Amino acid sequence: MKYGFLLLVFMLLVTYIPRMLPLVLLRDIKLHPFFDRFLKFIPPAVLGALIFPGILTSTGNLASAIAGGIAALILALFNINLTLVVIGGILSALLYQILIM
Amino acid sequence: MEKNLEVIQITETRSAGTEPKAQFLRGVQAGIPIAIGFIPCAIAFGLLSRSAGIPIYIGGLMSFMVFAGASQFVAVNLIMLSTSFGEIVLTTFILNLRHLLMSASISQRMDENISKKFRALLAFGVTDETFTMATMQKEEKLDPFFILGLNLTAFSAWNIGTWIGILAGSALPETIQASMGITLYVMFIGLLVPSFRKSLPIAVVALTAIVIHSVLMWVPFLPKLSTGWNIIIATVIAAFLGALLFDKGSDKS
Repeated sequence: MKYGFLLLVFMLLVTYIPRMLPLVLLRDIKLHPFFDRFLKFIPPAVLGALIFPGILTSTGNLASAIAGGIAALILALFNINLTLVVIGGILSALLYQILIM
Repeated sequence: MEKNLEVIQITETRSAGTEPKAQFLRGVQAGIPIAIGFIPCAIAFGLLSRSAGIPIYIGGLMSFMVFAGASQFVAVNLIMLSTSFGEIVLTTFILNLRHLLMSASISQRMDENISKKFRALLAFGVTDETFTMATMQKEEKLDPFFILGLNLTAFSAWNIGTWIGILAGSALPETIQASMGITLYVMFIGLLVPSFRKSLPIAVVALTAIVIHSVLMWVPFLPKLSTGWNIIIATVIAAFLGALLFDKGSDKS
């Protein structure tokens, strides 16, 4: 192992600083309403970008990933408790995985 | 007299919000789905770092110090390939840069009275999962103790899982492990989809981000960027369009 602890320190710095600066610096700044709206739309935008297409390769099998995703989508549309959506999604993917083997 | 008044006011704002301990426990509870997703993922990370021949303490400390899933996997892969120090650090930076946007977004949902120190502490726990879980809550203002409980639960799960992976050295059956890979994605679906019914702008922004990410990934002739950049670009464009198209009020139900 060439780099060891020093590498961790640098990884910590480049990860922590972007996480920390806006939270600390934006405390006392009044933002322009447009920028404020922009930041309010970050959560759904991030979620969309994270879910798709990433989910397709999440199980190593396209079909089981789609099965799990669709099951979660249906459960979520019915406004079911989040933990149950998660469990339903995993079980559907697992079931599919077992069925195709 | 004036000092007394100040004291009274402080206690009043304290009691006006919910009690810190109750908020903390609410955060722990909200963190449970994240923990369910993190543990198998962290076990996989522990196994990978072990099989990559990375010293046990480095693998364990990486989860403790960096606490950023995807970039940890990538870093271990790069270490295995004997990539240069600078390249590993740069890749980590790019992969995690999106947290800058999340941190800015969450700061708008927190009270100005919360000290910079407390904010700096909470910032350590900003991940895709804790951020989306926190910001998809109904409350306009997020309680710092709620976020603390949420972050701590996710952080504990990530570290416990890492050590299980490092020490146990044997994985779950492959089918189960593969299926668990979908956990965090279905959690994201569970967080996002119910809000579609309440707000059209939210649905439009999320679907726009999906389309942009897909275009960046699949349309030929476009430069092939890392997933980190793709997520940042899709997020920024979609949120920007949202801010442009939908003015205030309309983003609420």
